[in-house]
Amino acid sequence: MLLNEFLLLGAALFSIGVYGVLARKNGVLVLMSIELILNAVNINMIAFGYMGGTATAVTGQVFALFIITVAAAEVGVGLAIVLLIYRNKTTVDLDDVDAMKG
Amino acid sequence: MLPENIAFGILAAAAVISAIRVVTTKNVVHAALYLVVVLSSIAADFILLAAEFVAVAQVLVYVGAIVVLFLFGVMLTRAKLGHEGELDNDQRGIAAVVALFLAGVLGYALVDYWGDDKLPKLKGTTEAINASRGTSAVGNAIFSTYLVPFEVVSVLLLAALIGAIVLARRD
Repeated sequence: MLLNEFLLLGAALFSIGVYGVLARKNGVLVLMSIELILNAVNINMIAFGYMGGTATAVTGQVFALFIITVAAAEVGVGLAIVLLIYRNKTTVDLDDVDAMKG
Repeated sequence: MLPENIAFGILAAAAVISAIRVVTTKNVVHAALYLVVVLSSIAADFILLAAEFVAVAQVLVYVGAIVVLFLFGVMLTRAKLGHEGELDNDQRGIAAVVALFLAGVLGYALVDYWGDDKLPKLKGTTEAINASRGTSAVGNAIFSTYLVPFEVVSVLLLAALIGAIVLARRD
């Protein structure tokens, strides 16, 4: 297998995630797109680790595990915030959350 | 063609097509379910790269917990399931341009630099490979070299848990 197969898959998922963050206005869907971006990074971690040899393989896996953990924390807090927005404004459209617009 | 290349092709196609559906579908629940396909394909990719512990953690944490959390979020923030309202904002066109530009630049840079560098073949017996880069090696690394980051991540998770409860609590 080529290293580039995995890197290009990661790049494609990253770009799709960026499109989702920019084009979606539902708060939950924006969080899902962020998950796509984080997973693209994880693929790169594991692939580069595999490429480098035994020591980097373990390091890459450990960092991927840390990213998974931080992503879980991020989704927990993010969904709590979306829920709070829904409770206060009865909508999760991020275009309507413009209280800080000048 | 090698079996692993065929497997990777199928997984990559499933991941990319489902990811595109995640960001384009008109139904929030369908987006969450397509996300399951993407995350499972990525878990299988991790197995192709001999990272079985990360693959299992991916299935447990992402498919098991995070997607369920997303479905809860969808359930709690919408009156009815199914089609409803507009999910995309009016900068879809420019977002597509930005994403395509990003994909082009990333793809060009990767192909230019890494060309057709091959992933190394794993040598030695299965036991030796497992001992050097398998689950036991990852566990040893987490609890020796990366002990401090591991504890910090534990505290971060606890803080996020308490923060989510404080934010979402009705009082």
